[in-house]
Amino acid sequence: MVKTVPLDYYLWLAAALFTIGVLGVLYRRNAIIIFMCIELMLNAVNLLLVAFSTYLNDASGQVFVFFIMAVAAAEVAVGLAILVMMYRNTKSVDINILNRLKW
Amino acid sequence: MNALFVITGLGIVSLLAEFGNLKRWLTAFVLVGLTAAVILAALDWNTTQRYFSDMLVFDNQALAFTALISISTILWFWLSVDYFATQTHRTDRTSLVIFAVVGSVIMASFNNMAMLFLGIEILSMSLYVLAGSRKDSLSSTEAAFKYFLMGSFATGFLLFGIALIYGATGSFHIHTIAQTIAANPAGLPTFFYAGVLLMLIGLAFKISAVPFHFWAPDVYSGSPTTVTAFMSTVVKVAAIGAFIRIFSSCFVAVESTWSLVLQVIMILTLVIPNITAVYQNNVKRMLAYSSVGHVGYILLAFVSSPTETGTIFYYLTTYSVSSLAAFSVLHLVEGNSEEITVDYFNGLFKKNSWLAVTITIALLSLAGIPPLAGFFGKYMVFAQAINHGYTSLVIVAVITSLIGVYYYFRIIIAMYFNESSAPSITLTASQKMLLFVLIALTFALGLFPDVIMTLFRA
Repeated sequence: MVKTVPLDYYLWLAAALFTIGVLGVLYRRNAIIIFMCIELMLNAVNLLLVAFSTYLNDASGQVFVFFIMAVAAAEVAVGLAILVMMYRNTKSVDINILNRLKW
Repeated sequence: MNALFVITGLGIVSLLAEFGNLKRWLTAFVLVGLTAAVILAALDWNTTQRYFSDMLVFDNQALAFTALISISTILWFWLSVDYFATQTHRTDRTSLVIFAVVGSVIMASFNNMAMLFLGIEILSMSLYVLAGSRKDSLSSTEAAFKYFLMGSFATGFLLFGIALIYGATGSFHIHTIAQTIAANPAGLPTFFYAGVLLMLIGLAFKISAVPFHFWAPDVYSGSPTTVTAFMSTVVKVAAIGAFIRIFSSCFVAVESTWSLVLQVIMILTLVIPNITAVYQNNVKRMLAYSSVGHVGYILLAFVSSPTETGTIFYYLTTYSVSSLAAFSVLHLVEGNSEEITVDYFNGLFKKNSWLAVTITIALLSLAGIPPLAGFFGKYMVFAQAINHGYTSLVIVAVITSLIGVYYYFRIIIAMYFNESSAPSITLTASQKMLLFVLIALTFALGLFPDVIMTLFRA
């Protein structure tokens, strides 16, 4: 049922999601939106791994997805803690404030 | 592998040491554990053991990196005693450092992309917290945030590359991937090569090669100095270990895909940080740029002959020892101030000749002046590159290392020829001992390079 969609389509969808994530990280200024864009990049990878795993009839791709999800959850926990610390020090989550360290 | 078990156990014990009155013995316990890890790695020499259905393989290269990482961490604990002299965060900090070491060892011994990913994440996640461990300081917060952002951004690229390679070869195992490449001489799907390049970008972020280095100076100068010392030695060794492990075994067969890209990255990594470092007045930032520049020499050795890892390992050893010496002096001179400029070193020779001599030797070694360790590191890299016909790249590298001499000498001149009214720094016996050990190592590695080079001659 899944395989009625050609593999190429999954590849392009994942590449598009990944690119949106990358552009979001590069162009958005709000730290929380940047976090969401990083999650989007990781989910593009998850989608791609699941699609490949189905087409190759090999389960290891799906196991890798679990690894990514677990690690991404831990990473968000650390990231949000850093964000709270940043908010305490600057009263803002706009990354333009972070310009003390330059050149 | 036994070394990895011991280090992981140490991390868990460090967390539990919060109970009771075990905290007092923690640092001593950790040092004993890390020494045991070095000995266990040495005992496993020449055995090549495989674990968890080939996900981790402890061959000689992995064991050598494990030993180097553990020894650097022992020296690092010695130089950063005051970092652990807090009542509330002692166990947290110790366990985070130990878990970072666990990640580093996994990065040096993985044989499966899942382990590479987990190793990088275990290492990075501990470091994001350590970078921000000075919670009330804005620059420490900024460093933690930038490190976190760039680290997870790079992981995204790495993972996308891994996914594409999995799609083309049907496996995460490095040896299976290498076999698949060899079995398809006509070429794999196009996205396989895209995957290799994406992995190259992801790992270039981790080893901070230009143009993916822009986070490094900010993070290095914003973090507490001891954490910076850890990042620029242990973490750099681990990242380069992971990089050469995958690119020298699995992707050598598709060298034409990444060789040219890596050469461009290498030239940029040699030129840009060395020139930028000249304009730095903040010494920590200058050392950050110099540490990015040293990646260029390692990449030169790698580009000229991907399978000869002995030269790279020797270079990393000399670089780690010299960096630890430089950072330990920097940490002592810095005191409680957040930003340390070249002026802090004015007249240091008259006040604290011991400190001045140590950092002079460390900087001369980093600049590559004979007979110190750094000179032989650079010499072997250049010799290897010339042997494989990369003379023009060597000329670029020699010019950039001359620029390096210039900015290292700015600090040295300030120490010997400038005057200062600042009071001298009192050193404890342990600190003097540490400086002496680091100087001795810098000389010993330079005089007896064969001790390390023979490890890699099968």
